[in-house]
Amino acid sequence: METEILYNNFKSEEYFINMGPQHPATHGVLRLVLTIDGEIIKKVEPDLGYIHRSIEKMCERDSYQQIVHLTDRMDYLSANINNEAVCLAVENALQLEIPERVKVIRTIIAELTRISSHCLWWGVMGMDVGALTTYFYGFRDREMINDIMEETCGARLTMNYNVPGGLMLDIHPNFVKRVKEFVTHFKSKLPEYDRLLTGNVIFQKRTKGVGVLSREDAISFGASGPVGRASGYSCDVRKHHPYSAYDRVTFTEALHTEGDTYARYLVRIQEMWESLSIVEQLIDNIPEGEHRVSTNAVIKLPKGEYYQKVETARGELGVYIISTGTKNPYRLKFRSPGFSNLSLLNHIAVGGKIGDLVATMATLDLVIPDIDR
Amino acid sequence: MMQLRITENVHNWLFSVMPEGVASIVEMVLIAVVYLTIFAVAGLFLVLLERRVAAWFQLRIGPNRVGPQGLLQTMADAIKLLTKELTGTERADKFLYNLAPYFVIITALMALAVIPFSAEFHAFDINIGLFFLIAISSIGVIGILLGGWSSNNKYSLIGAMRSGVQTISYELSVGLSLLTMVVITGSLQLSEIIEIQKSGWLILQGHIPAVIAFMIFMISGTAETNRAPFDMVEAESELGAGFHTEYSGMKFAYFFLAEFINMFIISAIAATVFFGGWLSPFGITESIPELGVFWFLLKTMALVFLMMWFRWTFPRLRVDQLLTLEWKYLLPINLVNIVLMALLVWLNLTIRL
Repeated sequence: METEILYNNFKSEEYFINMGPQHPATHGVLRLVLTIDGEIIKKVEPDLGYIHRSIEKMCERDSYQQIVHLTDRMDYLSANINNEAVCLAVENALQLEIPERVKVIRTIIAELTRISSHCLWWGVMGMDVGALTTYFYGFRDREMINDIMEETCGARLTMNYNVPGGLMLDIHPNFVKRVKEFVTHFKSKLPEYDRLLTGNVIFQKRTKGVGVLSREDAISFGASGPVGRASGYSCDVRKHHPYSAYDRVTFTEALHTEGDTYARYLVRIQEMWESLSIVEQLIDNIPEGEHRVSTNAVIKLPKGEYYQKVETARGELGVYIISTGTKNPYRLKFRSPGFSNLSLLNHIAVGGKIGDLVATMATLDLVIPDIDR
Repeated sequence: MMQLRITENVHNWLFSVMPEGVASIVEMVLIAVVYLTIFAVAGLFLVLLERRVAAWFQLRIGPNRVGPQGLLQTMADAIKLLTKELTGTERADKFLYNLAPYFVIITALMALAVIPFSAEFHAFDINIGLFFLIAISSIGVIGILLGGWSSNNKYSLIGAMRSGVQTISYELSVGLSLLTMVVITGSLQLSEIIEIQKSGWLILQGHIPAVIAFMIFMISGTAETNRAPFDMVEAESELGAGFHTEYSGMKFAYFFLAEFINMFIISAIAATVFFGGWLSPFGITESIPELGVFWFLLKTMALVFLMMWFRWTFPRLRVDQLLTLEWKYLLPINLVNIVLMALLVWLNLTIRL
């Protein structure tokens, strides 16, 4: 009886809290409705739509060359890889023979994009667990890639470098030299990342065993990219369905089995090393040749359905085109990695503290415009 | 030995030109003004220092535009904050909401009063100095709790509750680690503690247990001031700005300045208790007592830098890990350390130069 009174007097109540749409940890206009008991998370409900721009609908209006530009605005950190996905889909549909030079350059640029995206993620990851200095280290190295991109195609973030049929321009004469400089620079700086954050006891305590995702759940939630690979789910599109020049380079797929936040962190760090090695393998032997094959000014895909998937920095991006033979797609669907990765947040964050949620969300590496197209 | 007699001269002069009661009041007002100035200048300087140090850690330059080397930057910020509108939440508990910043700032000021800047520059040398400091520093948390509670904001509330939990826990470690040193000194009076250190700084006198006590003091002191890696209270990536989310303008600045002054106070206590306060190393400038302030500030700033170093390199702990660290590690170590220190003093194993 007395214990009952005690229990009733000290019964805690759940309450709601809005994390976002303006919140430092959501890195964009994502709104999470949290049900919390004290500090413990009972439920996470993502509420989307704050940055919905109807990109898929706009694609139905635009020509295939124009669609490429829209994809920049989805996952802006892998803008170049998004462009590549649409271009590959269109080229496959047209059965165009793409020059080797284009394939190699596309691969190099895609890997540089991946490194740049992971640099930013690493900085933000540190910031989310409270180590503010990492942000600037990440940006220092990212800046070099941005400069290379700027010199190559004139843009730093939304590159638009790929067009159906090849590349918009040939590479800048300095490209090879500067990429090599970057590779040497970054090779000396990546161990610094480990020294600053990976080996830190507090960081390991904050991330190990937090937000555990099993392999089965990773597959059933459709997780891809580093999130899936950290759970032991081998899902690297570059490995399983090679496109561009990935069939001629050797790299290991970063696989971990723990499935926790720390494993996701390690996968991304390892991916940066792998990307560096891919760039190194290709940069010295870029084949000579055309940088673009000519296509019709108005591209009309033959009637049918086409699907192309690529590995962006966040995971598997699918482009699904239904064409009725006109100059616009009848329907175009993007399968974005961020959306499926966000869907498992509730599954892995429940039971943790608010701090755990922030750390978990950081390793899901969400880019909100990618989720909310 | 020459003595600094500025304060004494002023005291004598005041009492010679006016009646005793008036002179006392004038003297009090004078001291208050001096300390308020120290408070403002030290606060603004520390904010600037923090920004420059942070910039140095983060491959940036930091504020360098306003005044020489950006020295007036924080002054400009303070003026901006002074002129800003004070906004607040509509359904806040107005009385407590307005009261909270003063709690924080008054406790910081009171603690500053007992800090010995040099042999003569010491406003309030009471015989329970150390005890007073510990007692005062625990009142500051009331301001944070009030601020978080009365803001009527869930983020603020979570921040305030975390702060309560954190400060009450780490209070024990701060107290016990200082108590360890009191075992050697046998006195709580700060001037006497410094006097004893003329035969070697306490960190040397007490060697192993003193070093342990120093480390525990710095860890729990950092937690006590709510600075990273123990900044649960603010945790900007989790709670926005934590307990002071709803404060703006000068009220926000009070919280902000108090945080930096508290950092200064913790470092000053550590410098006084462990590193001989205003004493020069090995008595090299014993003949020039004016340099006491210099040595005191040098030691304090070195420790302040250490705390900034913590802040800009460590990630933040989670709230349960924070409590685990205190209750399962620091507190037991501390208790054993006191016994060790007592044995050391009893067996006369302390090192005296």
